[in-house]
Amino acid sequence: MSSPQVGAVAADVTGEMVAVCRVEQVPVEGGVAALVGGRAIAIFRTFDGNVHATSNYDPWSHASVMSRGIVGSRGDVPYVASPMHKQAFDLRSGTCLDDETVRLAVHDVRVVDGVVWVGEEVTAGQGGCV
Amino acid sequence: MTHLRKHLVVVGHGMVGHRFVQAAIERGLTETHDITVIGEERLPAYDRVALTSFFEVGADALSLLPEGSYDDPRVRLLTGIEVTDLDTTARSVTLAGGEVLAYDVCVLATGAAPFVPPVPGHDLPGCFVYRTIDDLEAIREAAATAKVGAVIGGGLLGLEAANALAQLGLETHVVEMAPRLMAVQVDDAGGAMLRRHIEKLGLTIHAGAMTKGVVEADGRAAGLTLADRDEPVPAEVVVFSAGIRPRDALARTAGLEVAERGGVLVDEQCRTSDPHVYAIGECAAPAGKMYGLVAPGYAMAEVVADALLAGPGTFTGADMSTKLKLMGVDVASFGDAFATTPDSLELTYSDAVTGVYKKLVISDDGTRLLGGILVGDASAYGILRPMAASGLPLPANPEELILPASSGSSVDVGLPDEAVICSCNNVTKAEITDRVARDDDPCADAACVTACSKAGATCGSCKPLVKKIVEDWFTSVGRTVDTSMCEHFAMTRAELYDLVAVHGHTRFDDVVAAHGRGRGCEICKPAIASILASLLNHHVLDDDAFALQDTNDRYLANIQKNGSYSVVPRIPGGEVTPEGLIVIGEVARDYGLYTKITGGQRIDLFGARMEDLPAIWTRLVDAGFESGHAYGKSLRTVKSCVGSTWCRFGVQDSTSMAIALELRYRGLRSPHKLKGGVSGCARECAEARGKDFGVIATEKGWNLYVGGNGGAVPAHAQLLASDLDDETLVRYVDRFLMYYIRTADRLQRTSTWVDSLDGGLERVREVVVDDVLSLGSELEAAMARHVGTYFDEWRATLEDPAKLARFTSFVNAPDVPDPHITFDTQRDQIVPATSTGPVLVAASIPVGAPVGGAR
Repeated sequence: MSSPQVGAVAADVTGEMVAVCRVEQVPVEGGVAALVGGRAIAIFRTFDGNVHATSNYDPWSHASVMSRGIVGSRGDVPYVASPMHKQAFDLRSGTCLDDETVRLAVHDVRVVDGVVWVGEEVTAGQGGCV
Repeated sequence: MTHLRKHLVVVGHGMVGHRFVQAAIERGLTETHDITVIGEERLPAYDRVALTSFFEVGADALSLLPEGSYDDPRVRLLTGIEVTDLDTTARSVTLAGGEVLAYDVCVLATGAAPFVPPVPGHDLPGCFVYRTIDDLEAIREAAATAKVGAVIGGGLLGLEAANALAQLGLETHVVEMAPRLMAVQVDDAGGAMLRRHIEKLGLTIHAGAMTKGVVEADGRAAGLTLADRDEPVPAEVVVFSAGIRPRDALARTAGLEVAERGGVLVDEQCRTSDPHVYAIGECAAPAGKMYGLVAPGYAMAEVVADALLAGPGTFTGADMSTKLKLMGVDVASFGDAFATTPDSLELTYSDAVTGVYKKLVISDDGTRLLGGILVGDASAYGILRPMAASGLPLPANPEELILPASSGSSVDVGLPDEAVICSCNNVTKAEITDRVARDDDPCADAACVTACSKAGATCGSCKPLVKKIVEDWFTSVGRTVDTSMCEHFAMTRAELYDLVAVHGHTRFDDVVAAHGRGRGCEICKPAIASILASLLNHHVLDDDAFALQDTNDRYLANIQKNGSYSVVPRIPGGEVTPEGLIVIGEVARDYGLYTKITGGQRIDLFGARMEDLPAIWTRLVDAGFESGHAYGKSLRTVKSCVGSTWCRFGVQDSTSMAIALELRYRGLRSPHKLKGGVSGCARECAEARGKDFGVIATEKGWNLYVGGNGGAVPAHAQLLASDLDDETLVRYVDRFLMYYIRTADRLQRTSTWVDSLDGGLERVREVVVDDVLSLGSELEAAMARHVGTYFDEWRATLEDPAKLARFTSFVNAPDVPDPHITFDTQRDQIVPATSTGPVLVAASIPVGAPVGGAR
């Protein structure tokens, strides 16, 4: 198990963080869905051990499926491709790489002692129609 | 100043009428004109050239306007309505219902009608013509209770009609007045060769025979009497195909000038004797000559669209070259095929054993190709026709152009820019090179050129030449075509397949480290997962492979629009016991699933939540079902009819063969999804020719067709080998599928893969049937390895707790159903409810659970 990593998104966390799962429960270059504060969150782990958390809701297809997407890289950008219609989102910022006006909400995430903690939304996303 | 919109009325919605409307829309004529198109047939325009395939593919596949209307709202299409009157003084047309439409411009595209010789009995029940989909439906109905049929007319259309009768299972006779078949296109020697081919297929040809009358029995057609023959030809179905006549009645009653032999007289802009009326296609007679082919009609359609926009286009005659495949026999005729040019020379090649006849007509000085005839092998047509049309100097040894050596097709001909490469759509070489050479949005490959320029989009015979021109251009500018799969792998899938096989890689990480860069993407990861699966046949959910899979393979089910999944148990041959059906019904009821019979003889259960999939599959596996692989790029189904077991027409046991093939290839991962079909007789109820591999029973065994598919670009499977025994059939399918899996591009269907091979279907035949690469036993061994290592993915998943752990809604609340998945009800079953945004789960649901994922 790699050492705990701080998520790529750094922000002042004012809200409480929630322990969600052990980091090894998140497949490398894969994702899992979690319920955090009543919201469906997708948690991803990249090849280098970084952990990211976004909304699980795909703003393109309007289905809660992002955790089931393929994780890869474009140049240096780690991203997830929606399993529905393959739109790619930067895991760090939530920005859609195919259309910068569309964005996934990104949540603060920390790994402490092998436990993944998820905090509040640090980058607002688009939930409704795009 | 007023800007009144003008009204353009098009009478006739066949191929040419449709082409005109398309051209009018594309060129912006609808900016100033409203268009009304009136078609007499109940269906919008369809591909009449491919009419014979109607029995196999149905009316929808032939339609040129599947939506039933034009995208442009300024075009109104009326079908099933006759135009009864044209008044050139009032500038109006009258419809059958009495409606009168005023026009500013009228375009007649009324086509032609079959000519029925007035022999006694020509109007008896059982007599038909061969022109419309309705005609074919009537023939099909009559053929259902008949044994013998006859076609009067051995021309192009007559032979098409005869093919249709034979396909319907009738013993078929062809009666032709001329001493040879296809008298307009081929000479005596070519006609004789064609006759041998067709007789080999079991048809009876009566050439040089005149029909005296139709014999009547019980008030129906029962046969034909022929002049100078004692015995009548038996026939319960009689099809007249003795030529066509222009449908110019509307023009005649309107007082427009018509040609001596029929057809509306038009000038070079296709304008009739009334300046507000144009005529195009088979109803028109430019310079007094009527053209019975679609290509000249298309050219006239473009000319009129051009004329209405004050363009310079004119129609000054058309290339009457034809190439077609009749009952599997290539026939082509081009240029001055009958050597009418004074002092022209003929060069012929004939091989009775292989059934090939080729003739070139050459200018008296031996420098130019004037025309030719090809029967049995028309592969050289693509290069010969433009060579004749452009008057290009012949190479030093013109016989090489028709000798069977491979040199024929490799003769390097520098066609001039103005050479018409695609005669169907009138595309020149210059237009093709411009598509790849232009600065603004150039095409990157031949497929794009075909899409953009239509070169090769109609009959396809010039596709190899289009590809060569494109490749030659890229070579000439020193550019290599980028075949990179994605930014991570600078190679094609086929090259990567070989690398993985040679190096024996078993993990994505090793493949990307050795041959790629970065961490992969949604393109290369599933492709490599598929390659590894083809080579190793390991479980797609093994730790090394799980994250590479597309979502369907990841959950062994098909994701649907609201994030739920559908479940498809395998039902080989569509054969299911009542007990099995009951289990499926019970599972569907207990999990509230929407249930639908699929087009592939399966039962699809929709609306399953991901976390319910293991429980659903436990019950299905316990009842003896296994994964249907409906989710993978893998073998889906092998469709079948009931075959000789139940069917009174079946000649082989198609159900048993379909089950054997489906069980053999189940779980086989491939570049694109694969489907098969097995029909028990030529009636083809399993629609096997719409499948990647299609098997059709014959009296002597099985005919194997390959490269068919439905989808966005439907393709017909082509005959690979005939009358095979069971063992040879399986061997050829093994080789075909493995050859495809090894060499196709990612997501490339078998049809486009066959087209992409140098030599096309012929290359597949060389490798699969003739085994010229000596790959046969290797391909068979690879398939044997797959068959020997097959296991049911769902059963293996249920037995593996680590794999099962992935089937949870939320890692920290595994039993809380995802609230985004909601359903409405339609026709007493569930359907996905429309989602409007992320849902906030009710506060009563426990969150922030203790580490470890317990609730």
